[in-house]
This record gives sequence, structure tokens and C-alpha cells, in this order.
Amino acid sequence: MTGRLSLKLLSGILVVGVAGCASFYEIPIETPIAAKLDVSAFQRVFIAGFLSGGTDDVDGNLETVRLLRSQLRMKSNLRVIDADVLPLKTDAASSRPQGQAAGPAAEARELTELEIKNEKDLQPYEHIFADADYWKRIGEEYQNPLIVTGTVLFTPHSQSGMVQREREIIDPLGRRRVEPVREYMERKGFILQEKFIFIDGRSGAQIHSEALREERLYNQNDNTPALSSYFELMDEIIPRFLSTLSTQKVRGSRVLIK
Amino acid sequence: MPTRLLTVVLLLAALTGVAYADVRSDAKAQVEFGIAVAQRGLWKEALYRWKRATEIDPTYAAGFNNLAVGYEHEGMLDKAAEAYERALKLEPNNAMLRQNFELFKEIHDRTTQPQTP
Repeated sequence: MTGRLSLKLLSGILVVGVAGCASFYEIPIETPIAAKLDVSAFQRVFIAGFLSGGTDDVDGNLETVRLLRSQLRMKSNLRVIDADVLPLKTDAASSRPQGQAAGPAAEARELTELEIKNEKDLQPYEHIFADADYWKRIGEEYQNPLIVTGTVLFTPHSQSGMVQREREIIDPLGRRRVEPVREYMERKGFILQEKFIFIDGRSGAQIHSEALREERLYNQNDNTPALSSYFELMDEIIPRFLSTLSTQKVRGSRVLIK
Repeated sequence: MPTRLLTVVLLLAALTGVAYADVRSDAKAQVEFGIAVAQRGLWKEALYRWKRATEIDPTYAAGFNNLAVGYEHEGMLDKAAEAYERALKLEPNNAMLRQNFELFKEIHDRTTQPQTP
């Protein structure tokens, strides 16, 4: 009994001794990242809608509006305006700058019907973001909020090449080990390109814009649905979008050294 | 005569060594106190202690590393970058320091990404 007690005591002393001698300590930290944009002049935010294109499997405009509104409701002090999404493509097609329209009505109809598949297809509509009168009118309608708009391109993507992955090996003695193997693989996935444009609803002027891009590739046999890939990619993009509007805290850990 | 000179040189070297050890142990005491208070969430006090440590001994990499961590926690990212760089200059092969710096860089790069006009 006494022997066991002294053993416990000894191991206790050892633990304390080792802890006392440790020359480093891991510590959790929270790094605050200041917002890129001063939005103190606004009480409300209106996610107006996006010019979107790429795959037909996901409505990039509606999904992005829905996701950003719900995130802002949870993580920002701004009041989120719940209103219908603006028909940006139609509005842009019917308000083209002078000198571009030969037969306005017919061309506008033609433009509205055009599918947006890549960045080049977005160009005929992008002038709408610089149309201060248009945005000022929207601003007046919603009591001068901060307006968020922009473009969303969600396009399928495939790539083949050498990929490193981990393979589990069990030896004759039943021991498990993992080793890296390089192999040729056909992969399919998606690219999400978003350009967020922030507009002052009081003047209709652009105050900030930010272009973000993420991509994911999956094993060809995985058959990952487009919508779940879209959400995966938005998980990467949303923190960066939010850090434009409000101070964010990044959690992590660091090592303090003696 | 040469023996006397050698004795003086040795004496000076020994004294310098003692002074250096004193400086390092003073800085180490500040660093240890800083760690103890940071573990209790008193980051401002910790920051003050680590700053003192680097003033006492500007060759003490651990002091600069902890100072950088403290700055990171306070959101002073430019100062953190500066402190990490000083620490890495002093101990470029310190794995823990490098790991801290890599993690810091991920956050810092995110905040300094070029913006579209």
C-alpha cells in the first residue's frame, strides 16, 4: 500500500517537474480582423441580386442571395432587407449605354434570352453596376441601404493528372500503416467565381468591390451534386465576404516559447 | 607580461558571459511571467512583459515570438509580422516559430489580398 502510494507520489512529482521544465506552451488565440469597409453610415443592407451564369444545375443568383442574407442576419449588425431579387439581367439589357443599341427593343429581348456561360458573356450586362441613377432609385425605394450586388459564375471543370493520395496498407502481422501514393486520375468539379460590388444606396455610387474564386475537384466516380459543391465553395467564400462588412475573429492556436 | 594580458582577456570574457547570462535570465523571467498571465487571458499584461523582454535582450527569439503571438491576439497584424520576422532572423531553424509564422501568414495574407477597384 505504502509502496503504491509512494509510486503515485513519485509520478505526481515527475509530472509537475516535467510541466515546470516545459519550454513551450500551446495557447488558443482569437485574431480579430478589422472590416475592410466602414459601414457605420448604414443601418440596412440589401442583397439586391447577381448576374449569374455557368451551369444550369444551380441558380447562382437565387442561392447566393439566400445564403448571404441568412449569413448577414446571423453575423452582422446590419438589418437585412427581405425583398424580391432584382431582375438584373433584364434591367441591364434594357438600359444599355447609348451607341450600343441598334434596335433597342429587339436587341434587349435578344440579350435577355442569351445564356451566360463564361466571363465574356457577362460583359454586355456589367454596365449596370456603374449606373448610379439606377442604384440611387433602388436605394430610395429601400431607405438608402448598403446595396450588395455583383456577378456569380458557377462552372463545371475537369482536370486529369497525377494526384497524391494516402493508401492504407496492412502488413502480414496485421499492423496498419498509411503511405502516400501518386496516381493518374481524371477529376471533375466546379469553379465558383464571385464578384461582390458594394453600392452606397444614397448616391448609387460603387464604394468597394471584391472578386473571389474557389474551385473543387472530385474523383470522377464520386458524382458530387452541383448544389452540394456550390455550398462547399461558398463555405470558403462567405468568411471573406463577411470580413468586408464586419470585424471577424479567426480562432486558432499558437506556441509560446520560453 | 603576456600572462597578465591573457588573464585580463579571460577575466573580461568571463564578466561579459556573466552579464549576458544576467540579461537573458532577466528577459526569461519577463517571458515566463508573460506566458503565465496570457494563460489566464490577461493578454495586455502579457504583451507588456514580452515587449520588456525584447528590450532587455534583443537577441532572445522566444521573446519576439511571444510578442508576435500577443500582437496577433490583439489584431495588430503588421506589428506581429515585424516581431515574427525579428524572431526568425534570430532563430531561422526554430520549427515552432516557423509553424507559428506560417499560421499567422495565412491570416495576414487574407487581409492583404489585392482588391479589385
